[in-house]
Amino acid sequence: MFEVDCRGLSCPEPVINTKRALKSHPEGVEVLVDNRVPLENVTRFAHAMGYNASSVEKEGEWRITIKK
Amino acid sequence: MKVSKEKIGLAVTGIIVGLSAVILTIFGNPKNMGFCIACFVRDMAGAVKLHSAAVVQYMRPEVIGIVLGSFFLSLAKGEFKPRGGSSPFTRFILGFLVMIGALTFLGCPLRMVLRLAGGDLNALVGLFGFTCGIAVGCFFISKGFSLGRAYKQNKVEGIALPVVNVVFLVALVAFPSLLAFSESGPGSMHAPILLSLIIGLLVGGLAQRTRLCMAGGIRDIILLKDWTLALGSVMIFVVALIGNLVTGSFKLGFTGQPVAQTSHIWNFLGMLLVGLASVLLGGCPLRQLIMAGEGNTDSAVTVLGFFVGAAFAHNFKLVGNATETGPNVYGKSAVIIGIVIALLIAFFNSRIKEEK
Repeated sequence: MFEVDCRGLSCPEPVINTKRALKSHPEGVEVLVDNRVPLENVTRFAHAMGYNASSVEKEGEWRITIKK
Repeated sequence: MKVSKEKIGLAVTGIIVGLSAVILTIFGNPKNMGFCIACFVRDMAGAVKLHSAAVVQYMRPEVIGIVLGSFFLSLAKGEFKPRGGSSPFTRFILGFLVMIGALTFLGCPLRMVLRLAGGDLNALVGLFGFTCGIAVGCFFISKGFSLGRAYKQNKVEGIALPVVNVVFLVALVAFPSLLAFSESGPGSMHAPILLSLIIGLLVGGLAQRTRLCMAGGIRDIILLKDWTLALGSVMIFVVALIGNLVTGSFKLGFTGQPVAQTSHIWNFLGMLLVGLASVLLGGCPLRQLIMAGEGNTDSAVTVLGFFVGAAFAHNFKLVGNATETGPNVYGKSAVIIGIVIALLIAFFNSRIKEEK
């Protein structure tokens, strides 16, 4: 699955990068974030776009899996 | 559902911020200035004698409370994360520019909402400018604007700004003779220290939880058609409006408004600069205080930019007397140059060049 590394980026960049990635990979992407704000915003954005989003935390980082 | 929980949180926060603003003005803060991050930071810069404008010097406990409220709550919720290194000096400059724009308009985005709720129509002009500035910023964001990644920092770096605020509080309470205090003007008008501090802590904590941000609200509408964040600002407006109507402080019009100037073009351009620079920074002045409390040292540097920008604005007389009809020629030049600098920063940090 296509991976978008948004660690260290502040909002709205993670959402914009996710939006861009979903345009070229509409089947789904994985997004890496290291902060709760982009975790919430990317998840909310994915839901708004009609995708399912689930996240797994590991040592203060989250891997958000976005798919139909 | 998670989404509605966020909206409830933002609505409640908006209500409490709006109510707090009315309470603070009843207990002594200047009119339509329950909160103004720009004005308060400017007063604090005056209190530590970075500038000597005698009417705007006071160590505002609201700002100290907001930073510490965010700090304590993020610590308690495991969200305190020292990080930084995303173009700190560029952020310092943008923070400086936010202050030039805000002091030209006479208010940060939060005070703009409060002024609007007080019937000050100059704030409506400011809101148009602010929205335009945000739209320009969104254009660059959609073209890949980024100030780069932030990286993990050590704890000492992360707690430095909260500790500075504790020092400010100790100075205010125990060693006031060290500081400068206005005897007249907006700086002399303030609610009791304890009330200001407690409300600051409350608002700081709530804003930390809900990510309340004036610039982010409009940005999300333009960029993502998402109204969630804007709900906070809307509720602040509604509650402050009701509060002003009840207490008889509502006065509709352009002239005779408290701590305001009536030049449409400079209110517009001042807030355009604030909107543009805030979007590039990722948040309005309030949000920068909150993020600084969470250990974001890029935001701490931005806050330092606010302080220095405020000091320059008064030391070089870029911002005028509140009763005047707008900035002088130096102030006007500063706003124009500021917009040009912000545009250059936006352009050179975007991918527009590569796409061509």
